[in-house]
Amino acid sequence: MKVTTIGDLDTVRKQAARKLFLREQSNSSVDGQCSGLESGAEKMQVLICGGTGCKASSSHLIAERITESLKEKGIADKVDVVTTGCFGFCEKGPVVKIIPDNTFYTQVTPDDAEEIVSEHIIGGRRVARLLYVDPKTGQSVSDSKHMDFYRKQMRVALRNCGFIDPENIEEYIARDGYFALATSILKHSPEEVIEEVKRSGLRGRGGGGFPTGVKWGFARKSVSDMKYVVCNADEGDPGAFMDRSIMEGDPHSIVEAMAICGYSIGAPKGLVYIRAEYPLAIHRLKTAIAQAREYGLLGGNILGSGFSFDIEIRYGAGAFVCGEETALIHSMEGKRGEPTMKPPFPAESGYLGKPTNVNNVETFANIPVILTRGADWFASIGTEKSKGTKVFALAGKINNVGLIEVPMGTTLREVIYEIGGGIKGGKKFKAVQTGGPSGGCLTEKHLDIPIDFDNLLAEGSMMGSGGMIVMDEDDCMVSVARFYLDFTVEESCGKCTPCRIGNKRLLETLNKITEGRGTLEDLKTLSTLGKVIKDTALCGLGQTSPNPVLSTLNHFYDEYLEHVRDHRCRAKQCKALLTYFIDPSLCIGCHLCAKNCPADAIIGDVRKPHIINPAKCIKCGMCMARCKFKAISVK
Amino acid sequence: MPDIKLPCDVAEKVNAICESHGDNPGELINILHEAQHLMGYLPEEMQRMIAHRLNIPVSKVYGVVTFYAFFTMTAKGKYPISVCMGTACYVRGSEKLLEEFKRVLGIDVGETTPDGKFSLDCLRCVGACGLAPVVMIGEKVYGRLQPVDVRRILDELE
Repeated sequence: MKVTTIGDLDTVRKQAARKLFLREQSNSSVDGQCSGLESGAEKMQVLICGGTGCKASSSHLIAERITESLKEKGIADKVDVVTTGCFGFCEKGPVVKIIPDNTFYTQVTPDDAEEIVSEHIIGGRRVARLLYVDPKTGQSVSDSKHMDFYRKQMRVALRNCGFIDPENIEEYIARDGYFALATSILKHSPEEVIEEVKRSGLRGRGGGGFPTGVKWGFARKSVSDMKYVVCNADEGDPGAFMDRSIMEGDPHSIVEAMAICGYSIGAPKGLVYIRAEYPLAIHRLKTAIAQAREYGLLGGNILGSGFSFDIEIRYGAGAFVCGEETALIHSMEGKRGEPTMKPPFPAESGYLGKPTNVNNVETFANIPVILTRGADWFASIGTEKSKGTKVFALAGKINNVGLIEVPMGTTLREVIYEIGGGIKGGKKFKAVQTGGPSGGCLTEKHLDIPIDFDNLLAEGSMMGSGGMIVMDEDDCMVSVARFYLDFTVEESCGKCTPCRIGNKRLLETLNKITEGRGTLEDLKTLSTLGKVIKDTALCGLGQTSPNPVLSTLNHFYDEYLEHVRDHRCRAKQCKALLTYFIDPSLCIGCHLCAKNCPADAIIGDVRKPHIINPAKCIKCGMCMARCKFKAISVK
Repeated sequence: MPDIKLPCDVAEKVNAICESHGDNPGELINILHEAQHLMGYLPEEMQRMIAHRLNIPVSKVYGVVTFYAFFTMTAKGKYPISVCMGTACYVRGSEKLLEEFKRVLGIDVGETTPDGKFSLDCLRCVGACGLAPVVMIGEKVYGRLQPVDVRRILDELE
């Protein structure tokens, strides 16, 4: 159906709203009594997470099996099965939610489908074994809003993820979707829209934190016969999946925001630069673009406003440096993704030499809601200089791995201990890494710092795109620094000397240390060289690449010292510094370790204690993993 | 036209891909994406052909192919194995997992076993961090793996 006026759009909204009403109502209800078709529920809905994490655990099969079961029982017309975007609670995925009683099932398997249908949907009895159990109280919690994981969250950029069907434009419209675009192009001047974005205080979510409205203003001022809007969806930070989840869960918000940006800066064309490794996000985005065209919300003369805009997709091919604007633009032109000096900024000369505005996915996802709810509302969330919320991909040694969104100013402690549920296996917290390979590690003493752009920077880390990796006492900080450097060295484009050669030297030095060949002099080299690279590299990648080394050196100097002075790795991660040995008092001589040793390094007669030959041992740890008597330990 | 030794049907398809992008050098990356689909990798001959067709130096095509991690010049195995080296998987032990794959298969990262069955690669974050450490074999995701599981998984595939 073609939408030609704002009135048409409103009609679509009203029609689709009925379907979403049930979901909105159950979201805001106090604690839903469980109901089923037998106990009076007229219409029910099953929401199934279709994000990449849950799909990897066969959530699509759950949807199939539930649909089949509903058909068999002849109740398919009374129950809608909806595949949504990411619910965020990836640790407990696949997640299935039943509406109207808002029951949140975790770790569901395709084999549970039948029981969910017969017990819950028909009988109105919750399937107790699939409910989330609060680890603190040991009680089952059926409604997600009573879970610690969700309680402190505030979903702005993720407002539709896990709530609507991302492949259905009408559900998006029912959530006031495309009204921000319609109002902007019909009732406001481009300058007014930019002013509103400026007033909201929104800063770029890709890492830099540059004010979005100001950036748009630059691109608006450039005079040219052609301009471009680019969405940077080349999420390259290893361990981060915020942007992907937004594109998978709410692709229309990106389409709408890009069109608003196009109107504001005077660009008729948008390009999404997306990682080719994100097949699901690409599919959902393509579907969204096609639907928007069909509805006349992309294309020529949108809603009779005279404004035309369309979007194309460009594929990235796996290069971290392409997150940098100028490198990204070169990549879109079919070249090697090497950055160039700024100025000129893309706002003056970008894609094909034309003024180009590049924003990140999460930044765009905030735009429609800022315009519908107003800049003042948005600016009321967050800290003085960082407004709104931030999405983080919380991962690592934490109980609740997942995608979270919190107001700026929330502390790391709240994120890690309340939302994240603390450290896995009751281990001790050691550090949290924010900002990915460009960021740094923060420690225990930083836990009460309110998270915002400036605070993290002041502590030697950065916001980055939102990766947040928690580490415990078993993680060796020297190895972690080496891991990030290894990544940077591989991803360095090789254009400027400090990054190409400097980082390589840093990595070699770190390798030396983890292999037990380091000296005190090496620690000085790390620090001096790191600072030089920071000051002299060409682009953001090089300038931030020493951060993981410098911040760990700063906060965990003791550990570095132990490696070089005592040849000891307290986390027992650096192979070269470890020795495996068998405790003769515990070894019963079952010979299992010797059988499994790939290097034939274990000798001993059956029923007599065995010994490991250190000259042959390759320190793979296989013996320790296999030993049933805990007789093997590592020093 | 340089002497191209690609199978005829592949050569035709490469030409068709270039044509569908208007033989535009600006579309090189999109062309390479589609071309890689044909054989699972980008052999030298294919790069020569694309360069010729787009009227750009082979060095430029080669430069782009080697710049991006997604493009490869070696044939993948029947079961392409990718160990996730994202940070979340790394801190949950993916490096040890990778070592075990290397040891059992007797190949290094970026190589294929002589029988063409397995190839080994690393990738950066599949986004299933809740299942860390994660390995992708073909399209299937294996989660929460330990080095001791490696042998079993490979045996199942064989």
